[in-house]
Amino acid sequence: MSAPEPVTYIAQGGDWAEITAAQAERGDETIVVNMGPQHPSTHGVLRLELELEGETVASIRPGIGFLHSGIEKNMEFKTYAQGSAFVSRMDYVAPLFNEAVYCLAVERLLAVEAPARANVLRVLVMELNRIASHLVAVGTGGMEIGALTLMTIGFREREMILDFYEALCGTRMNHAYIRPGGVSIDLPENGLAQLRTLIEWLHKHLPEYAGFCNENPIFKGRMCGVAQLDLTACMALGASGPPLRATGYAWDLRLSQPYCDYDTYDFDVITWDTSDAYGRFRIRLQEMWESLKIVEQCYDRLEATSGDPVMVDDPGLAWPAQLQVGPDGQGNSFGHVKQVMGQSMESLIHHFKTVSEGFKVPAGQVYSAVESPKGELGCHLVSDGGTRPYRCHFRDPGFNHLQAVPALCEGGMMSDVVVAVASLDPVLGGVDR
Amino acid sequence: MSQTVDPADRALVRPQPVQPPAERRGMWGSGPGDVSGYGGLRHPVVPRQPSARPLGGWFDEVADRLTTLVPELGPDAFLVDRGELTVAVPGRLLVQLVRHCRDDAWLRFENCVSVSGVHYPDQVGAEFHVVYHLLSITHNRRLRLEATCPESDPHLPSVVRTYPMADWHERETWDMFGVVFDDHPHLTRILMPDDWVGHPQRKDYPLGGVPIEFKGAEVPPPDQRRSY
Repeated sequence: MSAPEPVTYIAQGGDWAEITAAQAERGDETIVVNMGPQHPSTHGVLRLELELEGETVASIRPGIGFLHSGIEKNMEFKTYAQGSAFVSRMDYVAPLFNEAVYCLAVERLLAVEAPARANVLRVLVMELNRIASHLVAVGTGGMEIGALTLMTIGFREREMILDFYEALCGTRMNHAYIRPGGVSIDLPENGLAQLRTLIEWLHKHLPEYAGFCNENPIFKGRMCGVAQLDLTACMALGASGPPLRATGYAWDLRLSQPYCDYDTYDFDVITWDTSDAYGRFRIRLQEMWESLKIVEQCYDRLEATSGDPVMVDDPGLAWPAQLQVGPDGQGNSFGHVKQVMGQSMESLIHHFKTVSEGFKVPAGQVYSAVESPKGELGCHLVSDGGTRPYRCHFRDPGFNHLQAVPALCEGGMMSDVVVAVASLDPVLGGVDR
Repeated sequence: MSQTVDPADRALVRPQPVQPPAERRGMWGSGPGDVSGYGGLRHPVVPRQPSARPLGGWFDEVADRLTTLVPELGPDAFLVDRGELTVAVPGRLLVQLVRHCRDDAWLRFENCVSVSGVHYPDQVGAEFHVVYHLLSITHNRRLRLEATCPESDPHLPSVVRTYPMADWHERETWDMFGVVFDDHPHLTRILMPDDWVGHPQRKDYPLGGVPIEFKGAEVPPPDQRRSY
């Protein structure tokens, strides 16, 4: 007796009931479902090929690459300073971490260190970004299991953080704020006041998430015991970030391999002991509080170091203009442009050398890594001694984590697949680059 | 595609640590559009030499241990640069070496965090460098392994049997550079479409793009603009 011919069902505008009825009649229980790449629960454009026996996942294969934009290739044709704007567009939910890891790599190649105040500003924007990224992870993850309020309030808080970024550097996303040698601009005049407002806002609203979710029986029913990945599996699959810490292992690059003076801040590494989606959720929730703690320490340091330089004191490296954000939220220092174009030949030459030609970076290769909200974000940067990266490769935590999807989902329910993927928090812009 | 080649013949060229091109041209570097009049200048670039002992810090400890476990490695395999240790590994020793790196108690590099390729068209016989970044959580150390293969026979052994997390990273390196990782369980394209022709991260692969038209002027695509 030969196997029955495979049948293709298309659910575009059709009725699922007809499909399930037809499938039940056939009697062969395995059905292949293509989830994505345009499914909203796939955090971008992730394609999941599921083979189902009833509602049980027999096998699952993630397919990526739909958001590949050739950022690494493009960067080989742009100067090092321009690279900052490119990497910002990879993991667009946590852009400042991309910029930080890239700039740390460039700085190590150049053997320069950013000034202290620049490091404080970097830590400040990164930790605010961690909160924003976790809010998106928690919010969209909640939305996918029906907790729509989590998404709406998550984006409400994120909006406040983006408003602060807008006041700081003119853009809400894709900031290109962290530059090789420092940051592009110091706090605006009322920056500290706005930061204080933001801190108070977060203090007021962050407890809502715990109130909504922590003991919510539906929430726990969907999350507890789902998408298990124990320490052994995490080690075998190279998991980092919340999935690794959810196994109880306190590994955080901010403390184990400090950068940007992270070791001088007081904060805790959050762990959980359930190795499941709920544990990862609780870690993200608690990490927001730890980040807020760091942000408050940054506030004090910024207050104390007011007026200090935010860019390395090297005219061959630092952007020649002190950027000034105009009332329209955009713009360069008008006074500088006027001087360069109208009065000073030397300024024009200097501007050309740094901006158009770019600075030269000594030959060699480095690998820098930061603890992004998702895990270890790495940058392998190779220089041939020229003004543009010879090769720039990014190790995105989401790229690595998506390999674990079969381990998380196979043998489980189909409905748990979205929970599992959301608990890894991949952002496909970073995965595909 | 994958012709059979005796593994012993592969990667006989000892890999060199990361090298700048053999020479730099012109006043401004390579590329088109150098109208400065200095386009004929040639600057030879001296290849960088492996580091001499002592390497400093824990590097000696790891280098000694690696040399003990894999004696073929030789003393000139190690390069310390900017506080990072690079080990140049001949392809035929790679599988053996990574197994030791992971399992030996003195090394214990549990995690291969990243695999990436670099294309050096000037290095005849070793055009492709594949760079593995290992992380030891136990000892809190990082190590870089660098293996090379020629463009005419782009094969390296896969490390997936030792480091399962390198699976997608090797697929990406195959996709972007065309390096074949022998013994990989499922070496297919990952970022580019399955039917894509060519390997985009190779230096001879054009960036693409169209000229940008302005009123009365045209700006060439990025890879054809003047560069310095």
